[in-house]
Amino acid sequence: MDMVLNNIEKLIEKYNNAETTLKEEAQLKAYFLSDDVAPHLEHYKPMFQYFSESKKEQYTKDVPLNTKKTKLYQWISVAAVAVLMLGIFIPNWDRGPKTLAHYSPEEQEMYLEAKQALAMLSSNLNDGLSSFKVMELASDNFSAGLEKANHITEFSKSTNKLLKN
Amino acid sequence: MKQADFVNIVMPFKDKVFRLAKRLLVSREEAEDATQEILLKLWKNNKKIEDYKNVEAFSMTMTKNFCLDRLKSKQAQNLKIVHSNYTDSNSSLQKQVEAKDSVDWVSKIMEDLPEQQKIIVQLRDIEEYDFAEIAKMLDMNETAIRVNLSRARKTIREKLTNTHGYGIK
Repeated sequence: MDMVLNNIEKLIEKYNNAETTLKEEAQLKAYFLSDDVAPHLEHYKPMFQYFSESKKEQYTKDVPLNTKKTKLYQWISVAAVAVLMLGIFIPNWDRGPKTLAHYSPEEQEMYLEAKQALAMLSSNLNDGLSSFKVMELASDNFSAGLEKANHITEFSKSTNKLLKN
Repeated sequence: MKQADFVNIVMPFKDKVFRLAKRLLVSREEAEDATQEILLKLWKNNKKIEDYKNVEAFSMTMTKNFCLDRLKSKQAQNLKIVHSNYTDSNSSLQKQVEAKDSVDWVSKIMEDLPEQQKIIVQLRDIEEYDFAEIAKMLDMNETAIRVNLSRARKTIREKLTNTHGYGIK
């Protein structure tokens, strides 16, 4: 026991001068975390206890590679492209009795996406219009040449607002 | 590099990044925010990471710099309100009264150490890095690290010896 204590006393001296190796520091830690620490060395105990407790602390949150923000912006750009495409092919509807089935699957999907976005917009306006009516409105607006760009901005603003809510 | 590969690289030391951030920023919330931002920064540089021999050391250096910058900008903000009624509620005595027990008291003692010493104690006594690694992380020579470490250890010991007799248990 005296040998151990002697050794610990020497090590603690070295430790205070920052001359101990990692191995010797491990010895010190083991000694001070044990139950039989010599009374005159007891004041070192909380220090080594604190060090070993601190090492257990963990980062519990996720590793955040995809933030919610970027997902939101991706969604907005999809909606914006859909609205833009709608503006391009809606004028064609006036010419013939083309139904949804005449369009390619991609176009149909785009139509449905756009419809969904506009449906959300209509609920935002909260005026009880059916989504189809809103779409007619949109079609009028989009055919109005120069104004088109402005409306798109308006749309993305409202979609933005809508998504934030 | 795929996300999964990146996560595998970062996993073994993300807690160390967090603990160093918490050592410097003190609050758990701020340390979590900092860790998030550091990991995100690493991910954005993931192409470069493949070139680094020691991503862990690089990350620890980044954490140190990031947190010290944070503290500096916080200090700058504090300075604006300092002159009106500023009391130093972090005085040693106050902290001693607040400490729940002697182990908690060690954490308060460490809060009062100079930042350089905090970082070195964190890296050596808690994370158990060898001196060569710490020297690389902090861009300091080993002798300077030992000097700072010795000072920090002696300060902690002195404060603990002083309070030992007053019955904080």
